Amino acid sequence: MNPPPPAKAAIVARGLSRHYGPRRALDGVDLDVPQGAFLTLFGPNGAGKTTLVKMLATLIRPTTGSLSILGTDPGEEPDLIRQRIGLVGHSGFLYDGLTGRDNLAFFAKLHDLDDCRRRVAEMLDRMGLTERADDPVRTYSRGMRQRLSIGRALINDPDLLLLDEPYTGLDQAASRRLGDILSGIGSRGGTVVMVTHHAEEGLRLGTHVGIMDRGRLLHAQETAGLSRDALESLYRRVVEPVAS
Amino acid sequence: MTGSADAPGRETVARAGAVTRGRSRLARELRAIALIGLKDLRIEWRNLDNLPAMLFFALLVLVIFSFAFDSAGLAFEHLGPGMLWVAFAFAGVLAFGHSFALERQADGLAGMMLAPVDPGSIYLGKLMANLVTLLIVEALVLPLCAVLFNARIDAVFWPLGLAILVHTIGFCAVGTLFGAMTARTRRGDVLLPILLLGLSIPLMLSAVRTTAAVFSDQPALREAAGAWLAMASIFDVIFVTAAVVTFEYVIEE
Repeated sequence: MNPPPPAKAAIVARGLSRHYGPRRALDGVDLDVPQGAFLTLFGPNGAGKTTLVKMLATLIRPTTGSLSILGTDPGEEPDLIRQRIGLVGHSGFLYDGLTGRDNLAFFAKLHDLDDCRRRVAEMLDRMGLTERADDPVRTYSRGMRQRLSIGRALINDPDLLLLDEPYTGLDQAASRRLGDILSGIGSRGGTVVMVTHHAEEGLRLGTHVGIMDRGRLLHAQETAGLSRDALESLYRRVVEPVAS
Repeated sequence: MTGSADAPGRETVARAGAVTRGRSRLARELRAIALIGLKDLRIEWRNLDNLPAMLFFALLVLVIFSFAFDSAGLAFEHLGPGMLWVAFAFAGVLAFGHSFALERQADGLAGMMLAPVDPGSIYLGKLMANLVTLLIVEALVLPLCAVLFNARIDAVFWPLGLAILVHTIGFCAVGTLFGAMTARTRRGDVLLPILLLGLSIPLMLSAVRTTAAVFSDQPALREAAGAWLAMASIFDVIFVTAAVVTFEYVIEE
């Protein structure tokens, strides 16, 4: 990635690796993401995108390499980072036996946020879930669960939002709503890292794109001037030689 | 995307968006323990997924034993304590397995790890919920035990309560840790009772001996009960402390 040097970096990774026995889920990733950037990561299944996102979310530690998130080493002070990040992962981190409101309230209180009741009500409204707020999550559709999961990730107003396939299960209206929310985060200076297979959304929202395969970040650049066709052509050029 | 990040101090890391209450670290962790414990209890209270099964299982054990043995011809202290703790142990296995099945379904341990909460607090919250659940079952089972086996529980209420509390804490401490350890393994359902019951043997011996002593008139037995109880208390402290310290590594992927 080689745009002009940023004033401050939200993420700095050097030689980041994660090994599971002989398998290398991440293999020497170097990454610099400036504050306020929106990085969209593309790559085939098993490329290491989810492992990278989990590492950025402080859920797993690197086997080797160094990492700084929002100016803090996650190995040293993970709580400082956890106060300021949000993650939408493959699983929604939602309890089926609790209502949507209770789920959000639980995570808001775990973050020790001020005025949890108001914050939760606002988030439910923002996600279009107010009417079903007091129903158990087990009765929610997949799209509603995904919206609640996004609400959970945003409840602490994160400075760094990590999204792993956030468009899964969302209908068009919900996708538009998510796009607006993500644009809003960017406009207030927040940083976003999103893993997606949706080239259109990734290009529209992203300020930067990265392509991963086999645990490595193979290519990264700004999205300015990059068309969908150019991205797809680049993707084929970068990923297929590695796969073959 | 080049350039290096600054290394801001705590002041510059202060939240720009959400406002936190700024409690002390200890107050936040104590609150997190309560929140996590109450979350589990609320889910159980609303859905009653596990408590009826635990209760049924414990009662079944007692009823089977009451048919198998002539309780009228034996003093409760000879057979009763063993039966009681078998019932409690099996109910506990159900509790611990369910407690982490709940987290597996939601990937809840990772969800809680995303919040600024010490992993040890997550353990203590889960322990609290398991302890309350098992104590409820025990409180409901004891009266039936009194009826079936003609045990005079009212006469020994406080010493019996203390013996049950101390040993249940230890049992829940082991069960909560192994519940978390086995939750992500392929054969977790099989592994949990094997590990739990295996490691709890000293605690169960102590529990049975202490409970028997509570019902006994023999001074020697009562004196020994004090030593068993002290040993169980030390077990509780050591195991809870070790679990709090190591829980981060237990739940890490």
